[in-house]
Amino acid sequence: MFEKALKGNNYYWIWLAFLGTFMAIGALCYIRQYNYGLGLTGMSRSVSWGLYISQFTFLVGVAAGGVMLVLPYYIHNYKAFGRITILGEFLAIAALTMCLMFIIADLGQPLRALNVLLHPTPNSMLFWDMIVLNGYLFLNILCGWVILTAERKQVKPPKWIYIFVYISIPFAISIHTVTAMLYCGLPGRHFWLSAIIAPRFLASAFAAGPALILLVGLILKRVANFDVGKEAKDKIVTIILYAAIINAFFLMLEFFVGYYSNIPGHKHTLEYLFFGLEHDGHVYNNLVPYLWGFVVLCASGIALLAIPYTRRNDLWLGIGSAAIFFGLWLDKGIGFVLGGFVPTPLEEVVEYYPTLNEIMITIAVWCTGFFILTVLYKIAISVEHEIES
Amino acid sequence: MDKKRREFLKIAGISTLAGLGAPAVVDRLITGSYPLAARAAREVTPGEGAGDQASTAGHGSDTVPSGTRYGMVIDVRKFNENPAMAEACIKACHSVHNVPDLAEKNNEIKWIWLTGYGNAFPDHSHYHKDENLEKNQVLVLCNHCDSPPCVRACPTKATFKNKDGIVAMDYHRCIGCRFCMAACPYGARSFNWQDPRNGLDMNKINREFPTRMRGVVEKCNFCVDRLPRGLQPACVEATGASKAMVFGDLNDPNSEIRQVLKENFTIQRKPALGTQPSVFFIV
Repeated sequence: MFEKALKGNNYYWIWLAFLGTFMAIGALCYIRQYNYGLGLTGMSRSVSWGLYISQFTFLVGVAAGGVMLVLPYYIHNYKAFGRITILGEFLAIAALTMCLMFIIADLGQPLRALNVLLHPTPNSMLFWDMIVLNGYLFLNILCGWVILTAERKQVKPPKWIYIFVYISIPFAISIHTVTAMLYCGLPGRHFWLSAIIAPRFLASAFAAGPALILLVGLILKRVANFDVGKEAKDKIVTIILYAAIINAFFLMLEFFVGYYSNIPGHKHTLEYLFFGLEHDGHVYNNLVPYLWGFVVLCASGIALLAIPYTRRNDLWLGIGSAAIFFGLWLDKGIGFVLGGFVPTPLEEVVEYYPTLNEIMITIAVWCTGFFILTVLYKIAISVEHEIES
Repeated sequence: MDKKRREFLKIAGISTLAGLGAPAVVDRLITGSYPLAARAAREVTPGEGAGDQASTAGHGSDTVPSGTRYGMVIDVRKFNENPAMAEACIKACHSVHNVPDLAEKNNEIKWIWLTGYGNAFPDHSHYHKDENLEKNQVLVLCNHCDSPPCVRACPTKATFKNKDGIVAMDYHRCIGCRFCMAACPYGARSFNWQDPRNGLDMNKINREFPTRMRGVVEKCNFCVDRLPRGLQPACVEATGASKAMVFGDLNDPNSEIRQVLKENFTIQRKPALGTQPSVFFIV
C-alpha cells in the first residue's frame, strides 16, 4: 500500500519538503548534541528534565487520545466512526514514534538504551513505560495495517485481528497511566505527588488527541476531499468538550487541595506556574504566560465548541479545536514537567530556558511525527478514494 | 452435568492460583530487587537496630537489623566552630573522586556541599532560628537511604543498594535517563552534561579512582572504594580528630557512631518521606 504515498499533488510534496527541511536541520543539531553531550541543552542539575521529556509526556497523551475513536466503534458499534478509526490508529503510530524519539534525544548514553531490556527492572516505572509504549505502537501498526488492507480488498477484516483491537483499548489507557506514574510516585516532588495525575493526564489526552484529529479532519476536507461526516464530527466535539471540562475540573481540585490545606509544598509549584514564586526577594515567573495562555485557550476553545453557532461553522470549529490542542500542550507539554522541578529539593528556584539547539531538535521530532502522519493519512485516504471509485 | 463440573473445577483452580499468586507478585513489585532487605525490615524487633535513634520524627524507624549498615553523623556545631573544615571536606572528597570543577552553573557536579539550614531541613521550623543556624551552613551529601527512591526508579539497576547499605552507581550501565535525579528528594545527584574531563586538570587527578564519561549520573559513594582498604571516607578523614563527622556501622551496638547517636539528639533530612536516611545531623 505504500505506493499510495508516492503519488500526490504539488501541495503534498511541498508540505513534505517543508517538514523534511526542519528534520534535516534537527538531525544536524542532534549530531552536535550527540558529540558534545546534553550540556548543549538548557537543562541543569536542578531542572534535570526539559523540553524533550515534557513533549514526550504530552505526546503519550495524543497517542492515547486516538482510543476515543476506536472504543466507540469497536465496543459500542458506533457506526459513524467506522471511517475514521484508522485516523486514530495512525495518529497513535505517529505520536508514539515522536515519544520514542524524544526519549532517545533525552538519554545521556543513547547507545545503552537497550540496557532497559538487558537488565529488566520491574520496580522502575520507566521499564513498564517502555513495555506499554512499544506494545501500543506494535498493536496500532498491526491493527491499522490489517484493517486497512481488508478494507482495500473490500472484505471483512480477519476475526483474529479483533483480539488485538480489544487489547489495544486498555493499552491506550495504560500508556498514559504508566507515564503519569513516572511522576506521581516520586517522594519529595509535591506537585507531582498527587493521585489525580493519572486521571488528569487521561482527561487532557482524551481532549487533545480527538482535537487534533478533528483539526486534521477539517483540513483533509479542504485539501484531500475527505469528509469525516457530520455525525462523527458532532460526536468528536462532544468527547473533546467533556474531556476538556473534566481536565479543568481536576486542575481546580489541585488548586483547592494546595490552597485550602495551605501546605507550602503543595502550593509552591502552582504559585510558580500561575502567579510567580517569590524566593529570596526575587519573583520567578518565566512560565506564567504559558499557563495563563493555557487557561485562556482552553476556556475559549470550550466556548467555541459548546456554542451551537460556532460549532456548526467549520472555521470556528477548527479554531476552537486548535485552541484546545495548543492550550493543553501549554499545560502538559510545558507547565507540568518543567514546573514540577520548582522549587528544587533544597528549596531553591532554578528556572529553565531551552537552548536553540534543543528547540531545533524538538521541532524536528515534531516534524518527523507530522511527516509520518501525513504519509499514513495519505495512504488511508487514497484507499478510501479507491473504494469509492 | 459432567461438563458443568469440569467448568467449575477449572474456574476454581484458576481463581485459587490467581489468589495465591497475586500477593506474591505484588509483594515482589513493592519490595523491588531487595526482597531480603525488605523482609528483614518487617521482622525488626523493637529495641534492636539503629532504628531507635533514627525515629526522631516518628517515621522510618524500622531498618535492616543485621549485617553492616554504614551511616554518618555530622556535628554541625563543630563545623560552626571551624568554618574552614567544611571547605576542606568538600575539597578532599572532590579531589579523591575526580569531581570536575565546571565553569557553567548548569553543568555543576557536586558530591558534598554546603547549604543553608533551611534548605537542608525545609520541614523544620525556621521562625527565629538561633544565631548559629542563621549564620552557618550545613554540609549535605547523599543520605544512602535504607529505602532509596533513586534505586526504585532506576530502569537498569545502574544505581543499587549494597549489602553494607551504601547506595552505589555503576557508571557503565547508566543510560543517563535521569529518573534517579527526579526521584531523589535530597537533590544529591549530579549529571555529566558534558565530558567531565573539561573541568579536571588531568595532571592532578587521582589515578586510583576513575573519571566518568559524559551522559551518566554520579553522586557520593560513601567512599565505597576506600573502605576495603581500611580507610575512612575522605570527608571524615579531612575533619581530623575533631569528631565533626563520625562514620561507622549503624547496626553494630558497640560502634562509635552508635555511641554518638546514643548521647546526642540527632535529626535526619525529610524523615517523613520514609526513605530512612543513614546520615544524621547534630544541630
